[in-house]
Amino acid sequence: MSTITPRAMGQALDRLDGADKVRGLARYAFEHPVDHPAYLFPVQSTVAVGRITGIDRSQASAQPGVLAVLTYHNAPRLSTEDGELRVLQSDEVAFRGQIVAAVIAETSEIARHAASLVRVDYEGRTHNVDLRAEVPGHREHLRVPNEVLPLFPMDTAEGDVDAAMASAAVRVDEVYSTPWYTHNALEPHTTIACWTEEGFTLHLSTQGVTGIQAGVAQAFRLDPSQVRVISPHVGGAFGSKVYPRADVVLAAMAARSVPGRPVKFALTRQQTFSLTGYRPPTIQRVRLGAGSDGRLTAIDHRSIEQTSKLKEFAEHSTRATPSMYAAPNRGTQQWVAELDVPTPTIMRAPGEASGMFALESAMDELAIACGLDPIELRIRNEPDTHPHFHLPFSSRNLVTCLREGARRFGWERRDPTPRARREGGWLIGTGVAAATYPVLRLPGSKATIRADANGRYAVLIAAVDIGTGTRTALTQVAADALQADVEQIDLRLGDTAYPPAAEEGASAGITSWGAAICAAADQLRQRLATEHGGTVPADGLEITADTPENEYLKQYAMHSFGAQFAEVRVHEETGEIRVPRQLGVFACGRIVNPKTARSQLLGGMAWGLSMSLHEQSVLDLRFGHVVNHDLAQYHISSNADIGAVEVHWIEEDDPYVNPMGTKGVGEIGIVGVAAAIANAVYHATGIRIRDLPITLDKLLPG
Amino acid sequence: MRTFRYERASTTSGAVALLAEAPHGAFLGGGTNLVDLMKLDVARPDLLVDVRRLTSDRVEELSNGGVRIGAGVSNSQLAADPLIRRRYPMLSQALLSGASGQLRNLATAAGNLLQRTRCPYFQDVTTPCNKREPGTGCSAIEGHHRDLAILGTSPECVATHPSDLAVALVALDAVVRTEGPDGERVIPMTELHRLPGAEPQRDTVLRHGELITAIDLPPLAFAACSYFRKIRDRASYAFALVTVAAAIDVVDGVVRDVRIAFGGVAHKPWRAIKAEELLRGGPAGEDQFRRAAEAELADARPLAGNAFKVPLARNTMVRTLLDLLEGPR
Amino acid sequence: MEAEVTFRVDGTSHRLTVDVRTTLLDALRERLGNTSAKKGCDHGQCGACTVLLDGQRVNSCLALAVAHDGAEIVTAAGLASDGELHPLQSAFIRHDAFQCGYCTPGQIVSAVGMLREAEAGWPSAVTAGQPADGGSGGSDGPTVGILTDDEVRERMSGNLCRCAAYANIVPAIQEVARG
Repeated sequence: MSTITPRAMGQALDRLDGADKVRGLARYAFEHPVDHPAYLFPVQSTVAVGRITGIDRSQASAQPGVLAVLTYHNAPRLSTEDGELRVLQSDEVAFRGQIVAAVIAETSEIARHAASLVRVDYEGRTHNVDLRAEVPGHREHLRVPNEVLPLFPMDTAEGDVDAAMASAAVRVDEVYSTPWYTHNALEPHTTIACWTEEGFTLHLSTQGVTGIQAGVAQAFRLDPSQVRVISPHVGGAFGSKVYPRADVVLAAMAARSVPGRPVKFALTRQQTFSLTGYRPPTIQRVRLGAGSDGRLTAIDHRSIEQTSKLKEFAEHSTRATPSMYAAPNRGTQQWVAELDVPTPTIMRAPGEASGMFALESAMDELAIACGLDPIELRIRNEPDTHPHFHLPFSSRNLVTCLREGARRFGWERRDPTPRARREGGWLIGTGVAAATYPVLRLPGSKATIRADANGRYAVLIAAVDIGTGTRTALTQVAADALQADVEQIDLRLGDTAYPPAAEEGASAGITSWGAAICAAADQLRQRLATEHGGTVPADGLEITADTPENEYLKQYAMHSFGAQFAEVRVHEETGEIRVPRQLGVFACGRIVNPKTARSQLLGGMAWGLSMSLHEQSVLDLRFGHVVNHDLAQYHISSNADIGAVEVHWIEEDDPYVNPMGTKGVGEIGIVGVAAAIANAVYHATGIRIRDLPITLDKLLPG
Repeated sequence: MRTFRYERASTTSGAVALLAEAPHGAFLGGGTNLVDLMKLDVARPDLLVDVRRLTSDRVEELSNGGVRIGAGVSNSQLAADPLIRRRYPMLSQALLSGASGQLRNLATAAGNLLQRTRCPYFQDVTTPCNKREPGTGCSAIEGHHRDLAILGTSPECVATHPSDLAVALVALDAVVRTEGPDGERVIPMTELHRLPGAEPQRDTVLRHGELITAIDLPPLAFAACSYFRKIRDRASYAFALVTVAAAIDVVDGVVRDVRIAFGGVAHKPWRAIKAEELLRGGPAGEDQFRRAAEAELADARPLAGNAFKVPLARNTMVRTLLDLLEGPR
Repeated sequence: MEAEVTFRVDGTSHRLTVDVRTTLLDALRERLGNTSAKKGCDHGQCGACTVLLDGQRVNSCLALAVAHDGAEIVTAAGLASDGELHPLQSAFIRHDAFQCGYCTPGQIVSAVGMLREAEAGWPSAVTAGQPADGGSGGSDGPTVGILTDDEVRERMSGNLCRCAAYANIVPAIQEVARG
C-alpha cells in the first residue's frame, strides 16, 4: 500500500456545501420537489406483545382525501427475514409502537387525522421489557450474542482472573449502568417514495444508499437496479440511519399502492423513539485487581444488554477493554437478553461509548484506591503490544494524549482530595479518562474517476455526507490522490446511480471510500502513463476501482486513542451540575480537514456530556414504551449546557492504516467523556455515580 | 388533528359570545401549547376563536401604584418591560427562565397561565389519564413521575402546573380579570388554579367561555428586590423540577413581610402560606428559613420517583431567601 | 375546513388556500416550496423551524397559518440578498458552526432575531440574573451592552443542535455581534 502525499489534505477548507446549508437550500430527503404528492401516516400498536384481533378502517377510509388504508390484510407480501422490515406482514405484535396500519391521503393533515380513526383491537400477552429483571438469577434468558465485527470476538479470556483478583493487593469490583439512549437526529427519518414501471425511486434520509437499495430490492423481490436511492444531504443520523427499518419499507409499500405518485413520509419525533433504533441500556460489571503500585494483574469486564425478539443487535460494550491496558489475566463477556422491545441499533461509538464509561470509571476508582494519580495509573499500565491480539499497534499515542492534555488542562495543580474546591456555593472538580476507537474499514465500496481533457475529474461514489464533512474531506483526498487541485475535483455522492459504497459508520468513511478513490486514482495514472502518454484523451478516461485489501491488518492492531478532561461544578445545596470546561486530546492519524475534523471531535465531546448528564429514554415497564418521547422530555444538551470546549490532536504518521494515514474522527470524541465527567463529579463531591445519567437528585444533599 | 372552525371577533364580548355557543370550542392565543396539544389529539376543539390580537398588548401603570398586564402581551415583551423589571424582577426572571426566545415571542401572558401539564401520560393518548379522560386512571402514580407533584396531589392525579409566570404572580398576589358569558369578574391568582381532587380535568376555576383580559399586580415595594430561582435538568429550555419565587422585607434583622411561592411541586402554583406566617415578625436567618421551608413541606406526599423534590424545594427556598438577604454570593 | 391567506415570504407575496390545520411551517414547506425552515420536532421543542414573523423570531411549527394571515415572513433563504450571504451566514461557514445543516437555517434566523432583541435592550435569564448562576438580579436597565458568551448561549438555547456545534455557533454569532 502506498500512501499519498498531503497537499489538499491538512487544509482547513470551509465546507463545500456551506453556502447551501446556511440558507436552507441544501435539499434533505423530504424536500425534494415532487408533483402531486400523497402523504403517509402510520398507526402504531398500543400493546407490547400480542395479536391483532380486528382492524376497523371504515371511519378512516370514509374521510375525504384518504387514498388507502394499509393493514396486514392488504399489504404486499415481503420477501425478507429481517423482522424489523417485515411491516404489515402478520397479526403479531412484537413491541409497543410497531406499525400495524397506515393511511395514505391527499395531505399530511388528512393522513394524520385518518390514522387516529383506525381502530385496532388486540389480544395482548404478558410482556417482558425489563432488562434489570434479567440480571439476578435469570441467566437462562441471557445468551452470548453473535459477533458484530469478525475482528473482535464477543468474549475474550486469558489467564485466571478469579485467582488474580483473590490475591490482588488492591481491588475494584463495581457495577455500572447506562440507560436507553435515543439518537434524535434533528432531521427525523423521512422518505419520498415513487413507484413507476422502472421500479422505486427513494429520496431518503440514510447513512448508506447502497445498503438501502439492497434491503428494499430484496424485500420487494426486485433487482437492485430497479431501486434508486438518492440522499444528497442528511440531517444527522448518528447510527440511526444505517440499517433500513420499517419506515422505508412502509413508504415503498405505500408508493406501490398509488403508482406514479410520490408518497411523502416523515416520522414524527415521537414515532422515532420506537421505530428508528436506540443504544441499548447496559448493566456492566468491572473487576480490576492490582498491586499496591497500581500495576494491573486482572481486568474483567462483563456486560448485559438487550435486543428485540425480531432481530439481534448487540452493542459490544466490552470491545475496547482488551485494547486498553496490560494485565496478565483478562476477560470480557457479553450477554444479551431478548425482550419485547424494538430492536436497538448502532449509535455513535457503539460499544465504546457505554463500555468505556464503566472501564474508565473503574480505573479512576482504582487510582484512588492505590493513592495514585489517575494519569500515572494509566501510564503504568500501558501495554507494549496489543494485549489480546499480541500484535504491535500501528500507532498508539495514548500516553502522549494524556500528558499533552494534562499540560494544557493544568492537571498538575490539581489537589486530588474530594470536595477540596468551592466557589460561591459550587463544588468544583476535575476528571480524566482515556478514549479509544478501532480503525475500521467496511467492505463493499467502489469509486469511479472520470478524467476529462480539460484537467477536471469527476469522482463518483455512492457515499453519503451525514454532516461529517465527507463531501469536503473526500474532495481533498481525491485531489491529493490525483495530485490535482481541489478545484479540479467534482465529487458526486449520495446516489445509487454512482458506484456502490459502504455505509457512513464506524468512523470508517474516509478509510473505506478514500482507499477506493486512491486505488482508482492510482490506476488512472498508470493507464494514462502506459496507454495515453500521460495526457487525458479528448473523450476522457474512466476508471473504477474497489477498496483494496490492506495487508497490514494481519500485522498490526489499529486504534485511535485520546484523553478526555472535564471540569464540573456541582451546586452544594441543589445538586445542579454544570460542565464549564472540556478538553480532549486525540491521536487519530492524519487529519484530512482540521476544520471539519475539529467539529466532529467537538460534537462527539458534547455528545459525551449529553449522555453523562441529560439523556435517558424512560421506559414504562407496564406499557413497554419510552414515555418521554419528545425533545421537551428527552433532553439533549442545549447551547447553555456546553461551556468552553478545547480540541487538540497529536500529529500522527501511520503508514499502515490506509493510503491517507487517517484513523477516523467521528466516534472517538464521545468515548470516555462520561467517565471523565463522573470522575470529576466524584472529585467535586465525593459521590461516585455509577448509573448514568448523573442527575441532580443523585447529588442532592439530604 | 381534527378539523375545526376558525373565527376572529372584533371585541372581547363578541369572542365570548362565539365560544358560549360552542361547548367544545377554545380560545386561541399564541397557540404554543394549544396547537401542540391539538397535534397530539389531546385537545380536540371544534371551534377556535382567535383572541391573540383582541386583548390589550400593553403593560400599564395603575393609579394605586400597581401594574396592569394586558392578556395579549407577549411573554418576551412582558419580561422586557422596564416597569416589570424594576418593580417585580421575579416576574421577568420567571418568564425568562421558561421556554425559549422564540416561544416567548409567540406566547401571550394569559396563555402562559392556561398551559396544560407536561405530564407524559397526559400528552400521550395511548395511555390512561384522568386529566385527559376522566375515569381512565392515573398512569403517573405507578409510572414515570419524576417531574410531578409532591403537594396537594390526589389519588386521581399528580400533575404539576408548568407555568413559571404563574408562580411569580401567585407570590405577588396578582389577580386576573376575566370576561365571560356571565359578565366580568376578578379572580385572585392564588384561586385561579385548583388542586386536582376528584376533578383533575379542571385546571382552573374558569368557566367555559371565560376569557382572561388582563392581569393586575398590586403595588409591593419590597418586590423590587425579588428572585425567581428555577431548578431543572438542563441549564436552559427545560421545564421546572422546582422553582421558588421570593421577596422578603427585612428591617433590623426582623422579617416585616415575605412572599414565597413554589412551582413544579403541585397542580397549581404553590403559595407557601405556612412558611410566610412562620417567618413574618421573626428573625431572618438560615435556620428560620429552613424551619419555615420544612413546615411548608411537611404535608408533602412524594412518590418513589420524586421524593428528591422535598429536600430540593427546601434547599432552593432557603438559598433564594439567603441570596435576597445577603446578595448573591 | 379551508381558509384563504396571504403571506409575504422572503419579499414575495403569496395568496393560497390552506386547511385551517396547516401550520405556518407546513404552509412554507409543503405549499410554497420554501424548505429553508426545517421540521425537527413539530412541537416547539427544537427551534429548527424558526422564522422571523413580522420581524420577531418564532417557532413556525406552532403557528397556524390561518392565524397569521397577512404576515411578513423571513426565512434563512431570504436573509441572503442579491446572492450575498448575510454576515451571520458567512460567519457560520467560517466557524464551521454546523455539521448536518438541518438546524442551521433556524439557528441563523434565531440569531438575527436574538441580536435585534438584545439591541432593543431585552434581557435574558442571564441578564436578569438567576442568583446562583452569578447574575446580578433585579437589573432594570433597557440596555444589555456587549453580550457575554453566556448571554449568547442562553439566548440561543431554543435552537437545539444535535451535531452539537454549539462551541462554534457562539463565536460565529459573537464575531457578528461585536462587529
